[in-house]
Amino acid sequence: MSLFQEAGVPGAASMLTRTSRGVNPTARYVVNRVVAAVGTFFFVIVFNFFLFRMLPGDPIALYTKGRDVDPEEMRRLRAAYTQPIWEQFVTYLKNPFAPGAQSVRYNLPAWEVIGTRVWPTLLLVGSATIIATIVGVWLGIRSAWARGKRFDKVSTNTTLVLYSMPEFWFGMILLIVFSAGIFGLPGIFPSGGLSTPGVDTGTPLGWLNVAWHLVLPVTTLAVIYLAEYSLIMRASLIDEMGQDYLQTARAKGLRDKGVRKRHAVPNAMLPTMTLIFLNLGFVVGGAITIEYVFSINGLGSLTVDALRGPDIPLLQALFILFSGAVILANLVADLLYGVLDPRVRT
Amino acid sequence: MALLEFDDVSVTYRSGGVDVPAVRGVTLSVDAGETLGIAGESGCGKTTLTSTVLRMQPKSAKVTGQVRLGGEDILGMSWGKIRAVRWAQASVVFQGAMHALNPVQRIGDQLAEPILLHSPKTSKASADTRVGELLEMVGLPARRAKAYPHQLSGGQKQRVMIAMALACGPQLIVADEPTTALDVMVQAQVLTVLAGLVKDLGVGMVFISHDLSVLSSACDRIAVMYAGRIVEEGPAAEVFDHPKHPYAAALAGAFPRIGDTRFRYAPAGLPGDPPFPGDLPSGCPFHPRCPRAIESCATGAEPELLQVGDRRTACLLVQGASA
Amino acid sequence: MSSDLDAPRTLTPRAIARTRRRESLAGFSRSFRKSRGGMLGLVIILIFITLALLAPFLFSRSELDVTQATAAPYLSPSLSYPLGTDDSGRSVLALVVWGARVSLLVGLCATVLSMFIGTSVGIMSGHFRGFTGGSLDRVTEWFLVIPYLPLAIVLATVLGKSMLVIIVVIGVTSWPGTARLIRAQTLSVGARPYLERARALGGSNWHQMRKHLLPNVMPLVLANTTLAVSISILSETTLSFLGLGDPTAVSWGSILETAFDNGAISLGAWWYLAAPGICVVLVVVAFNLMGRAIEGILDPKEEII
Repeated sequence: MSLFQEAGVPGAASMLTRTSRGVNPTARYVVNRVVAAVGTFFFVIVFNFFLFRMLPGDPIALYTKGRDVDPEEMRRLRAAYTQPIWEQFVTYLKNPFAPGAQSVRYNLPAWEVIGTRVWPTLLLVGSATIIATIVGVWLGIRSAWARGKRFDKVSTNTTLVLYSMPEFWFGMILLIVFSAGIFGLPGIFPSGGLSTPGVDTGTPLGWLNVAWHLVLPVTTLAVIYLAEYSLIMRASLIDEMGQDYLQTARAKGLRDKGVRKRHAVPNAMLPTMTLIFLNLGFVVGGAITIEYVFSINGLGSLTVDALRGPDIPLLQALFILFSGAVILANLVADLLYGVLDPRVRT
Repeated sequence: MALLEFDDVSVTYRSGGVDVPAVRGVTLSVDAGETLGIAGESGCGKTTLTSTVLRMQPKSAKVTGQVRLGGEDILGMSWGKIRAVRWAQASVVFQGAMHALNPVQRIGDQLAEPILLHSPKTSKASADTRVGELLEMVGLPARRAKAYPHQLSGGQKQRVMIAMALACGPQLIVADEPTTALDVMVQAQVLTVLAGLVKDLGVGMVFISHDLSVLSSACDRIAVMYAGRIVEEGPAAEVFDHPKHPYAAALAGAFPRIGDTRFRYAPAGLPGDPPFPGDLPSGCPFHPRCPRAIESCATGAEPELLQVGDRRTACLLVQGASA
Repeated sequence: MSSDLDAPRTLTPRAIARTRRRESLAGFSRSFRKSRGGMLGLVIILIFITLALLAPFLFSRSELDVTQATAAPYLSPSLSYPLGTDDSGRSVLALVVWGARVSLLVGLCATVLSMFIGTSVGIMSGHFRGFTGGSLDRVTEWFLVIPYLPLAIVLATVLGKSMLVIIVVIGVTSWPGTARLIRAQTLSVGARPYLERARALGGSNWHQMRKHLLPNVMPLVLANTTLAVSISILSETTLSFLGLGDPTAVSWGSILETAFDNGAISLGAWWYLAAPGICVVLVVVAFNLMGRAIEGILDPKEEII
């Protein structure tokens, strides 16, 4: 079964069978995918609305828990809740992002709270993903080309084990070994946070401090991600290596390395890159737990705090944000594939 | 000196713990400007045999004997020499052009690749000119160089493969079932192109097919293979019209000649399947399916390939008759 | 002269089908036994299942009771406490063995749920063309795109904190992967001639799906199930770790949660963290090995590690 069917690349596979008639097929493809993405996002918003109405107990109490809400606003909120559900829905649709919705815990608009915590998450997840992609792809290529030999066996078995680990557990082990120190070895890395309190993160020295704090969490995420990426790349390349056109390339007199670099790998990169984008949901999950373990003040730990409350407005906003990000990444993956693969483009 | 010489070539590979002798002691030669056809059912060893020409046999395969291209033994060449030989001295038109082309590269780039590989100093412009020439040689307009493989029909792809095989001006071309997946009209077109090239460029060609009728019209000589050995070899028309070996006769008989009333009574097809190379029958490997087998075919030694006139045959009955 | 002619034979189609099925099963288990990875995985899982079942006999339930713990907290592994003690002085070994029950049970139940939904949706969306099939496929795609953990968190928050909720949450969030796979397989099987014949003979949709499609996707379902179990167990561990499970239940994830919340890291209590985690890794790897072995048998062209 092709890698594509397994991953369920939405729409791309069926695109391969379209004939190019009439409207520019690329334009049609792009429009198609954008519409699909918008549709999916719309369902996210609808889901968001109905789900939180399912809460047991008094939703208003939950909504305003821990806050001092003046009775006038309480009455307003309660009135809103007694409206028929469809009217509530319409009102919601008019303003699904609810910029005014106050986070219960922080007493600030939910989106404002989110705004302050985006950067640490981007830093953490971004560096981990970049490192994981570079190392994972390289490892996958090496393993696939050395298929069956010792390098491949060792790397594949190791990545399989890494892929089977809960990432937060791996993070905790790294912490206990390299931060707290065990068996007499001193811990040298910080135990959490993004920077030592008091250090100005605007200066180059501050950046070093931040980098120092990021070593363990980024390593944790990068190792777990690269396990998956290398397995994907390896499978993709092995799929490609079975193709006949490589024999043609070899018969032309290309060296093994040339066959690999000029034919096999570029063709295998296509599905790999798309699959990596599609797995962004996986990345988001990792971010949440790792920020929690390493006490990094990003969106992930914000989510964990929010679920403790539960801080409903905040959770709603976060859910929309995460889903939106992943939908966007999927859209980019689809578009990238449509643009890069001439079989879809022409 | 012949252009290509197989000198007692045997290819054995290991599969599932068993030694599989795919090719057993084949001796053949092809001269420049000559077309040799190799006929046989699937699994008879014809592709394995020709894979040795560019030393592209499977890695696990053991080859004995010599394969000489222009007098030099391919099997003994250094790795660097082999890469230089590939495509520049001999090239292959692979079976199944559907997948022999890189689907995400333009035709022109794929055609230019061997040119640039073997003459790195070639400028882009001269490579492009050459690509245009090659396409026209096989009857395709030069502007098709910008197309992707999926935009071409089966016949067009096959012609691109032929053009690609010519790219570096080789002296020998091995065409492995070049017309098998094509319909009859396109088949005729491709065969015409090939014949024209042989005549105009003086290349030697090895044409592999299971279709004896195609070989009889396209080749100068035909060799019929069965169970890894040659069982009959001689001038093409002769082998097709008057086959001596029972297997060759069955192959020839399997392809109907329209209008030949005799054909309706000829046996169509053979019972059974070709033997698995790792598990050959005793004596003559064809005897279980042979309509004219006698007792010594099964009990005696495997018949040798003996030459009588311009024909070589490996059959006890034929040899008995001419003795 | 063959003596078979004398022996009485029951040649009913059902009998033939049954013998064929028995033989193919025997052939399958023979091939499975040859796979080293698969056998290793099976052994590991059997060990854990045995431990889980024998838990009440190995350690009495009182060992899990915080109020009855007698040992000092954070003792490193010793002969009397092979895996040390936790923050309340309970034996970590007892915790881990009892935790196996919940982790494995939740993992298996969630998998059954997700496989059931996934296979049904997959077969139906592959079989029914037009609006039904299309909309089922849309729903599958939607669930696939939404990031798993935020969805699980949101659902668990709404539904409450219990193990049943965890099972439902995992089941509801992990069925799309299976559905996609089964759908693709259904589409390819559905194109085959014998299905056309079934349709021509007047077979209803239900008949087609049950008697033809389902048996043909079953092997794929089986291979996918083992992999799905490993995902379920990882999910349960994560959700319990975040505090979304039953606070009174002991699972490997909840052990890690307690350990983390009580500062096991800074205290260097590595045994407290390593034990449950290693158990999770072992079980997940074991199921993965089994899944790959099954895949390898069913589709010999597939890559076997």
